[in-house]
This record gives sequence, C-alpha cells and structure tokens, in this order.
Amino acid sequence: MTAVTARETAVTSADIRKRGRLVFVATIIILCAWVLAPIYLLAINALSSPEQVNAFPKSFVPGFETDSIAFFMGFAGVARALFNSVLVAGITMALSIGLGAPAGYALSRFDFRGKDAFRIMVLMTRAFPLPLLALPLAVMFIRTGLDDTALGLALVHTTLALPFAVLITFSLFAGIPVELEEAAWTLGCTRLQAFYKVVLPLVLPGIAASAVFAFVISWNEVFAAAVLTIENRTLTAFLLQNINVSPMHLKFAGGAVLVVPALIFIFAVRKYLFAMWGIANR
Amino acid sequence: MQQRTLPYLLLLPATLFLCVFFIYPFLLVAWQAVSQDGALTLDHFRTMAGHWKFPTAFWNTMLLALAVVPVQLALALFMATLVTRMGKGRDVILYIWTIPLGISDLAAGIIWLAIFEQTGFLNSMLSGLGVVEQPVAWLGYQNKGTIFLAVVLAEIWRATAIVLVILVAGMGLIPKEYYEAAEVFGASPWKRFTRITLPLLRPSIQTALILRTILAFEVFAVVIALAGTNFPVLMGETYHWQFNLQDRHVAAAYALVILAISIAFTLVFLRTLRVPREAQP
Amino acid sequence: MAEISIRNVAKQFGDFTALHSVDLTVADQEFMVLLGASGCGKTTLLRIIAGLETPSRGEVWIGGKRVDHLPPRQRGIAMVFQNYAVFPHLTVFENIAFGLRMQKLPRAEVDRRVTRTAELMHIGQLLKRYSGQLSGGQRQRVAVARALAMEPDVILMDEPLSNLDALLRLEMRAELKGVLAESKTTTIYVTHDQVEAMSLADRIAVMDKGRIVQAERPIEVYRNPAARFVGSFIGNPPMNFLPAKKGANGSWRVAGVTFEGPRAEREEIAFAIRPEDLSPSEGGLPAEVRVVEPLGPHVLVTCDVEGHLFRAVLDSDIVLSRGDTVKLAPTPDRIRWFDPETEKSLQHHQ
Repeated sequence: MTAVTARETAVTSADIRKRGRLVFVATIIILCAWVLAPIYLLAINALSSPEQVNAFPKSFVPGFETDSIAFFMGFAGVARALFNSVLVAGITMALSIGLGAPAGYALSRFDFRGKDAFRIMVLMTRAFPLPLLALPLAVMFIRTGLDDTALGLALVHTTLALPFAVLITFSLFAGIPVELEEAAWTLGCTRLQAFYKVVLPLVLPGIAASAVFAFVISWNEVFAAAVLTIENRTLTAFLLQNINVSPMHLKFAGGAVLVVPALIFIFAVRKYLFAMWGIANR
Repeated sequence: MQQRTLPYLLLLPATLFLCVFFIYPFLLVAWQAVSQDGALTLDHFRTMAGHWKFPTAFWNTMLLALAVVPVQLALALFMATLVTRMGKGRDVILYIWTIPLGISDLAAGIIWLAIFEQTGFLNSMLSGLGVVEQPVAWLGYQNKGTIFLAVVLAEIWRATAIVLVILVAGMGLIPKEYYEAAEVFGASPWKRFTRITLPLLRPSIQTALILRTILAFEVFAVVIALAGTNFPVLMGETYHWQFNLQDRHVAAAYALVILAISIAFTLVFLRTLRVPREAQP
Repeated sequence: MAEISIRNVAKQFGDFTALHSVDLTVADQEFMVLLGASGCGKTTLLRIIAGLETPSRGEVWIGGKRVDHLPPRQRGIAMVFQNYAVFPHLTVFENIAFGLRMQKLPRAEVDRRVTRTAELMHIGQLLKRYSGQLSGGQRQRVAVARALAMEPDVILMDEPLSNLDALLRLEMRAELKGVLAESKTTTIYVTHDQVEAMSLADRIAVMDKGRIVQAERPIEVYRNPAARFVGSFIGNPPMNFLPAKKGANGSWRVAGVTFEGPRAEREEIAFAIRPEDLSPSEGGLPAEVRVVEPLGPHVLVTCDVEGHLFRAVLDSDIVLSRGDTVKLAPTPDRIRWFDPETEKSLQHHQ
C-alpha cells in the first residue's frame, strides 16, 4: 500500500520535473526566436529581388536573388559611405584604445591623488546623452576645418567609446597580477620592457576585444554622424538621409549591410562581453 | 620622482581629450541655448516650448521610456535567471540573446520596418490567415497607437541585450554559497530570487537602469526609420531644428532639455537604488 | 660578496607608519629570516630592499653600494614571490631564461644555466610546459629556479612556501635550505611561520608593529626573547606570563611561590616560563586544570593560575583531569623576567 503511493508520488514528481523542463526549454526557444526572427525577415528582404520585396503578400522564404544588394552597392554614394564608415570606425578604435589603455593601466596600477576625480569624470559621461555633443562641436569644427571630415566625426565617436575603453582596459590590467610585472623588474626589465614583455602579451586578446567594441560603437552611431557630415556621409548617416526618399528594397539592403559586420564583431568579442560588464558595473 | 608623475602622464591624454571633447562642448551647448549674440536670453526656450511639436515630442519620449525600460528590465531579469539555470548550450544561447547588442538603432528600425510596413510581413501573415483583406497601414500617420507599439517593440528587441549583459555579469559576481545557504534554510526559488538575487544585484540594476533610461531619451533612428516625422521625439526635433530649420540655438535648448531629464533620472536611480557603504561586499 | 645593510629605514603610507626607523645588517651568505605577524612590516621591508617600494627615509646598501635610489634591475638581486609570479605566457624554459635573456647572455650560456638550475630544482622534465599545466609545488620550483639562474648576490623570498600544502611545504623547506646553502648567496626570507623560520634561518629578525624587536640566532630568540612579544609569538604553545610581586631581599613572589629574580626598581614585574620547562612537583605553582589535550609524545595541559591562563607540556604518562589541582615547578635556569611597561627582558644583554 505505502509502496504503491510512494511510487505514484515518485511518478508525479518526475512528471512535474519533466514538464518544468519542457516549459524551460520552450521558453528559451521562444526567446531565441524573438531575437532571430526579425533578423531572418530582414535577410529575406535583402536576399530577394526588388519586385519580390515590394510584392504582396510576401513570401516567408528568400528568393535568393542578389539584385537588391547589387543595386544598393551600386547606388551613388554607397561605396563612399561604406568607406567613410570603416575609416571613422577605424580612427575611433585607434583613438579610444590609444587614449584609454594608458588611463586604464594607470587606474589599475597606481594610487594617486585625483584618481577618484578621474573615475567620476569617466562615469559621468554615462549620465550624458553623448551624441548631443555633435551640436556644439559642429560649430567648433567649422572653425578648425574639421567639419565634414572623418577625423572630426571620429573625435565625437571617441568620446562615446573612450569611457568604455578606459573601464574595460582597467579591468583587463587589474586582472594581471602586479607580481608578474614586479618579477620582470627584478629579472632585469625596465618598466617599459616589463610592460611589453609580460603585460602586453597577456592582455592583447582583451585589448583587441575592446577595440572591436569601439569599432562597433562608431559603426552603429547615427545622430552625430548625421549632424556632422554632409559630403562625407557614413553609412548610417547616408541611410538616414535617404530613408524617406529611397525605395524599400534599398532600405533593407542597407540595413542588412549594417547588420552583418556587427554580428561578426559581437561574435568575435562574445567571450569578453560579460567580463567587461562585470567590472564596468562598479 | 618618475613613480609619482607616471600615472598622471598616463592619464593626461584621456583627461585632455575628455576636457576638450566632453566638458567644453557641454558648456558650449549650454551657452548656445541661453544666449543670442553674446547676451543672455530665454528666447530659444520660448521658441522651443511655443512650437506645437514640443509637448508631443516631450511626452512621446517620456512615454516611450516609460513603456520600454521597465519591460526591458523585467525581461532581462527573467532571461538572466534562465541563463543561470542553463547547463550546456549556455554560451550559444547567450550569444544569440546578445546579438542585438551589435545592431544599431537605425538597423533595428529598418528590421522592424520589414515587419510593419504596408506590404510587410505582418500584413502578409494576417492576410494569409484571412484576418485582414486589405493590407493595413500600421505606420500611417493616422495610426499613432500602432506606431507607438512598433517603436516600443523595436526598442525592446534591440536594447534588452545590454541590460541582460549587465545583469548576467552582475549575477556572476554573486557567490553560489549564498543560494546554497538560503536553500538549506528553506527558502523557495522565488524567495531566493527576491531575497538574495535582487538585493545583491542592486548595483547592476542601477547601472543598467541609468544606461538604458538615458539611451531611451536619446531614441532617434528607430523612430525615423519606422515613422519618419509622424512620431516626433526630442532627439528627432533636435536634429530637425539643427538641420532643416538651421537654428542651432533652439537645437541647443532641446539638447539641454534631454540633458536635464537624463541627469534628473540618473540622480533618482542613484538615490533610490543606493547600496549603503556598510552593506557593500 | 654581498653584505646587506639597512640603515634607519622608515616607510609611511599616508597616516600609517609601516616601518619605524629599521636598522639591520645581513652578513654575506647569511640566511636571514624576517618573522612576524601579518601587517608587521616584514614584507614592506623586503620590498624596500628589492626596490619595489621606496623608503620614506633611510638607506639601503647591498655589497658596499648604496642602492635605495636604484630600480630593482640594477640591485643585483633576485626575488621569489608569494604567488610565484611564473609568467603564464612563457614556457618553463623561457621563464627560467627570462632574466638571462635580459642580460643578453650568449645562447649557450643561457641553455647551460637553465638546464643546470632546472636539474637542481628537479624540473628538468617540465621545461616545455606552461605555468597553467603545473601544480603549485612545480610552479614554486620554477620560481626558485628562475631566481637561482640569475646567480644573484642576494635572493629575496616573500613567503614562498605559504601557498603550498603542509606536506609539500615540509619537503620544499628542506630542499630550499640545501640549495641555498650551496648557492652561496645572501638570502632574506619573509615568513609568518615560526617553524619555517627556526628551521631555515642563520638568524631570525622578529618584527612587530614596524620595528625589529630582536635579531639573533634561532635558539637565542627562542630561549632568550628580548621582549615579551617575542616570547608570546614564538613557541607553540607560547610562553606563559604571570605577574611577580616584589618580596624580601630581591626575591619575587609568583602565585604564592618565591623565586630568585633580577634587581628591578619596580613593585611588579612579569615572570615567564615556556610550557615545556615545567614539571609536576611539590612546591611548584598551584594550577587548576581546565583542559587536557593528549598530543602523542606529550600532553598539553591548559590551567588556571590565580586567574591567569597557564599552559604546560607534560610527559604523556601523567594522569590529569579537569578540575584537578597540580603543582607545576619551572626549571630554574629557564625562567625569564620582563619589565611590565617597556615589555623588555630584564636580564637580556642589550
């Protein structure tokens, strides 16, 4: 009698666990679909011919035509915009790592007066809508001849990316025990030698990840790019400028061109994403 | 002493950069907003506030933030809790869920345009199911409600990932022993979530809320892509005044409004979600 | 040839004084251990000698050369760190060769020295591995080999064994002693482990609150503590202390028993005896037994003597239980006396 009840309860609790597991997996799949489905729909549009894009009702499988993308790439100004986007993002990447990494190193290795003030300044940038910087800088750039240049826009994008670069490199350097550097000093290294023989090889992958992050920030930025460039449009600014006048298939092809590199970049830095934010929380 | 000057030398480039391209421009934009030909004036604010679009833009922006941010926080908390229970496959799922992190707001707008435009996938599906006969102009100027909904969906889709990343990183910092201890003392999963996860996650929640709210006030490209000028928001109006109306003083006034609400909300979050120093680990 | 001389060295961290004016001379080829509890300044002193920390005041001389203004690489030292600091991106071979390559030694010489020190530390078979593939003990060996390969005048060691488990620590301790004696370097070794200090040192410098309290041969530090702190820090269990009241003719009364003691212009001084220098005997100190712990070769008895904690290590044959009263007589020539205010030894020659 008791044995039977025991078995029954065992069965039901196993059932409940099984059902819970099912709900768990289903929820995860639904959430994955929520993220992936819109991207798939964009891909359908980008991989269909203009006629298919504008047809109704629409097919839920791509036509596997490349005319939309080809048309977009051949569209006047697109190639140049693409080049500008890469150029601006490249400069942003170099500037934010070049300026941010030394600061991150200093924060991780030294105790000095003014350290907190600097940290607060960096954290403060988070409380400010940074793209708005483009407004006053537009004036400043006209005076200095930086208006409508890749460098000018990259400077604004660097203010966006620099705080991240500082915090991320800070966490990277803080993760390298000081003892390793000290050991190198006692073994005959100068500070600089110890840095590039011991610290640099260890943080290089992380630095690369934060450089990629800076690149993505610049690549995706719309407002400042639209305000600061006229002739030398970046891809985002170009798309925004033409969004009301361009046909649908052009928009979708443009969107796809914007998304693809970003996907690759996020894949490249995925390992560092959480470590970065764990520390940036502070 | 080299030891003593080195940190300052290392900080100097970044500090100078931030002074020139962050602090100075903000002073400049503030000055632009309150001056005309070198004299103080509130005219630009009056022009701004007097324009018929201003109240609409202001409330649209506020409502958007109000609709988007809480949903994102709840959704991200839910996803992060799921993540902590995952065994193998965790990395793949996390990568998929963080994909939108790399997608720009403009691209996100275009992606959701593919769904909501008149010949888009939503209408295709609905007509396929026989729900509608004619494609509906979801994003037409007369359908303010569906425009709002489309923007909200696009924003939730795009920017929940950043909240998720911050929360997952924060959860990673909570020692497992706390949960085990709570379990030993008889706390249910829900109790463990409300009594351990939430309080210990407070710094991460604070960071995420500040970041997301400020970004929500900056909403711009998603709206432009989905609704054009049918749905005014603050950032869009700033752009409009700067570019189309060529009045950078009024644009600066808009910028100050966005700045003011951003700072106000940051302060609120800093205060209400503060962790007392003694309670910090 | 490298004698190390520390003259009047002080270190201030903000409001906190880590070192008050320390003087210490370490003879050539001597093995000096800096012993003290955490926060006593021993590591700070070592780091000042290494050049990883700059002294607020004072001078450091190594081999007749003043070095306190020189960076570590110009001091002729090698150092072994607490967490080993084995470079994770280099193989064991490259780790040991690191310093030699910095000196731009010819290839053959680098190979010779790496092979020799690796053999010496029994890690010859690990040369191609990376730090992540090594156990704690093996990493420790790499760290020591890397220091030895430099053939330095001075080796500095910062708690090198503290991260090893007990058995490994014992083994490494003996091995280190042998290797370092052979290498003929001057060694300064920081530890908080008194057994390690006793077993390794030619001399122990006991540190407390940023000062060197006593720097003498281990047995001297053990038998004749220069201050109450040394007696209570070294020895397990530590020294017992009881108040002694002045009696007639220069004698002192301790818990009702009279002892011959030093002349002192005080009404009360401190009487001290090591737990193992006690034996049960009529006329000893009256002690009420609180806890009895048999430890194998002997038995540790914790008692109460007139309200003071008092421990005795007795022969394991003795039968005692809680609540018993036992008379414990100290071996007369092992009794020590301390000034209650200065806490210095009253018969120590200083």
